Amino acid sequence: MNTAGMSGSAQAAGKAQMTSKSAAAIDKARSEGRAALIGYLPAGYPSVEETIAAGIALAENGADLIEIGIPYSDPVMDGQVIQAATTEALANGFHVRQVFDVVAGITSKTDAAVLVMTYWNPVVRMGVDEFSRRLAEAGGAGLITPDLIPDEASEWFEASDKYGLDRVFLVAPSSTTERMQRTVDASRGFVYAVSIMGVTGARSSVSSAAKDVVAAAHAAGAERVCVGLGVSNADQVREIAAYAEGVIVGTALVAAVRDGGVDAVAALTKDLSTGLAKDAKPAGEEA
Amino acid sequence: MADAPSGIADNNAAEAFLQGASLRHAPGPYFGSYGGRWMPESLIAALDELEETFDKAKEDPDFRAQIADLNKNYSGRPSLLTEAKRFSQHAGGVRVFLKREDLNHTGSHKINNVLGQALLAKRMGKTRIIAETGAGQHGVASATAAALLGLECVVYMGAEDCRRQALNVARMELLGATVIPVTSGSQTLKDAINEALRDWVANVANTHYLLGTAAGAHPFPAMVRYFHEVIGDEARAQILEQEGRLPDAVCACIGGGSNAIGIFHGFLDDPSVKIYGFEAGGDGVETGRHAATISLGKPGVLHGARSYLMQDDDGQTIESHSISAGLDYPGVGPEHSYLSDIGRVSYEPITDSEAMDAFRLLCRTEGIIPAIESAHALAGGIKVGQRLAADVEAAGTGTAADKIIIINLSGRGDKDVATAAEWFNLLDKDSAESEIGKEGEQL
Repeated sequence: MNTAGMSGSAQAAGKAQMTSKSAAAIDKARSEGRAALIGYLPAGYPSVEETIAAGIALAENGADLIEIGIPYSDPVMDGQVIQAATTEALANGFHVRQVFDVVAGITSKTDAAVLVMTYWNPVVRMGVDEFSRRLAEAGGAGLITPDLIPDEASEWFEASDKYGLDRVFLVAPSSTTERMQRTVDASRGFVYAVSIMGVTGARSSVSSAAKDVVAAAHAAGAERVCVGLGVSNADQVREIAAYAEGVIVGTALVAAVRDGGVDAVAALTKDLSTGLAKDAKPAGEEA
Repeated sequence: MADAPSGIADNNAAEAFLQGASLRHAPGPYFGSYGGRWMPESLIAALDELEETFDKAKEDPDFRAQIADLNKNYSGRPSLLTEAKRFSQHAGGVRVFLKREDLNHTGSHKINNVLGQALLAKRMGKTRIIAETGAGQHGVASATAAALLGLECVVYMGAEDCRRQALNVARMELLGATVIPVTSGSQTLKDAINEALRDWVANVANTHYLLGTAAGAHPFPAMVRYFHEVIGDEARAQILEQEGRLPDAVCACIGGGSNAIGIFHGFLDDPSVKIYGFEAGGDGVETGRHAATISLGKPGVLHGARSYLMQDDDGQTIESHSISAGLDYPGVGPEHSYLSDIGRVSYEPITDSEAMDAFRLLCRTEGIIPAIESAHALAGGIKVGQRLAADVEAAGTGTAADKIIIINLSGRGDKDVATAAEWFNLLDKDSAESEIGKEGEQL
C-alpha cells in the first residue's frame, strides 16, 4: 500500500510545530479533571440554521468538541437513525459547501473545537486542498474520516499540514498492533477509538472491547483517545471517562434533534456532561 | 486525468505498457491510480486476512485442483465457443464467435467467482457468507455455492428489486439462503452493497463478504478477476484450436465488470486484439438516465476503491438506470478505469433500445436467448463487426469474413423473458404475465 506521507520524521516534525484545536479542547477538559465531551450533528438536518443552533446549544451545555457530519449518499458506517437524518438532509437540498457555513456559524459563537466528519468522496470531488482551505477559513479544527485509512491519505497529510488541520483517523477492536501504531502516528488532535465492531447507533451497554482499544492506542503513544459508537447516556459517559480522554455521542443527539429540536439537544448534552468527571467512578470500582 | 492525484504513476504505467510490459495478472492494490482500500479501519484486518488466504490458495496445488474440479464437474466448464453464422451476417459479415458462459450451471459467468470465494471462506474458517444482488443473479449464484459447501448465506437486495424479482427471491430461498430487503437510501444495488458492508463490519469474525463483481477494496478486484480468468484462458485456447489464429476483437458488457475482465485478461497482452467494453447507455447518455460509468463518470471513491464513478458536483453518487439490472451500477471495477485511461480497452455505451434489438436478433438468428446484460455486448459486437468490415473494404484487401470477433455471452436470458415480452409487446394485455411485466418482473 501507499505509505507516502507516513514516514516518521516528517510527521513528527509536523506534530511538534502544529497547534491542534482539538488537542487544546481536550487538554482544557483534562485540566478541569474530566474527560472531553464530543457531540455529533449531521449538517443540514433538518436545516443549516437549525444545525448551527443545535451546535451552539451543544457547546453552551457542556460539549468541548463538535463533529459536523456531511450527509452522504452511501454512509456505510452509519446505522438507521443517522442514515434517516442524512437522507432527509440530502432530500432537503443540502450541499457540501454548506458545511462550511455550519462550521463558521458555530465557531463564531462558541469556543468549541469544530471538526467535520465525512466520508471521503465529497472531499475528493471538491479537491482535498480546496476543501481543507475552506474548512480552515471557516474556523474548523480538522476532519474525522471514517472511510479513509492512513494508507490512502497522502493528499490529506499534505493539505492538513498546509492548513494546520487535525486529522482524526479511526482505530477499531480489529486493528492489529502494527496498524494501531501506524494510525496513532498518522493522527493529530486525537485518535477515534471505535468501541465495537459495528455501525453507529445507540446501544444499551458499552462493549468491553472499547477499554482494550483505548489501552492499545495509549500503548502506541496516543495522548488523546476518544471513544465513539453506541454511547447514548450519562452512565456510559461515566464508564468511558474513567479510561479515555474523550467521549463521543452521535446517534442519541441526532434522535434528540429529531424528537425535540434544539431544546432536546441542550437537555441531553447537559445530562451527558454530568458523567465526564474523572473521579466519578462507576459504582463498585475502586480508584 | 485532471482529477487523478497520482497522474505521474499513471503516466509511468501507460509508458510501461507502450514499451511492452505485461498487463496480465495485475496484483493490485493499485491499477495505475485506481483501486486501493477506501474502507473503514474496522474491515482492514478482514481484508488483510482475505488477501493472505487468497495469495496462499492460488499457489496451492490442492486449491487449484479443487477449483478445476468444480469448474469441470459442477459448473460444466469449459464453456463452448460457438460460431454464430446467421448472426454474423448482421455484424458486417465478420465471423462472430460466442463464448457461452450462458451454459454454465446457474446460467451465467457468476458461478466462477462464487465457487472460488466460497472455498476461500471455508479456508478462513468462516461459516457464513453475505452477498449483495441486483436482479438476483449473483444472489442465486452465492446461495448455490453456499448450499454446495454447507455455508450459511444471507443476501441483501433492494426492497424494490425484491418485489420485482419475486421468483429470484424464491429461488434463493429454495437454495436455503435468507434474503433481506434493503430499504435504505435509493433501495437499489448500491444500497444493498452498503447494507452488506454494515453487516460485514458487525459480523466479520465469522462472515465472508462474497462480493459479486471485480470492484471494491483490495483484494476483491484482483481476486474476482482471478476466478474469472478461466473465461479468457478458455476462449483464447479455443479460438486458436478452432481457427488457428487470434481474434481481431473481443467484446463484453460492463456493469461492475467481472465477466469483461475475465475474458479481457486472456487477450490483454495480444496487441493485435482490439478489446471493447460496452456499458449500459440506458435511455441514451444525453438523457442522464444511464449507467455509462467510464464513458461519463469522474474518478472518485465508492465501496472501497478509487475508480470512475457516476457522481454529482458534491461527490454524491448518482443513481444509474438500465433495462439490465445486472449493469445498473454507478461504479465500475478499478482495473477497467485503468485499462481505459491507458487506451488498452475502448469503453462505449449501448442504449436499452440497441441492446433489445440485439437481444431479439440473437434469439431469431441463433436460437439462443441471451441475458439482457449480454445483449449489450452483442449490440456492441455488431458495431465493431460493421467497423471492421468497413475497414477491410476501405483497405481493399481481403473480405469481412477474414475478420473474427469474440463476444462474451455472459448469461442466458430466461430471467429476462418477462422484461423482453413487455418490451416487444408480446403479452396479451389481460394476462397475469403482462401485469408482472409492467412491474419489471423477470421470470
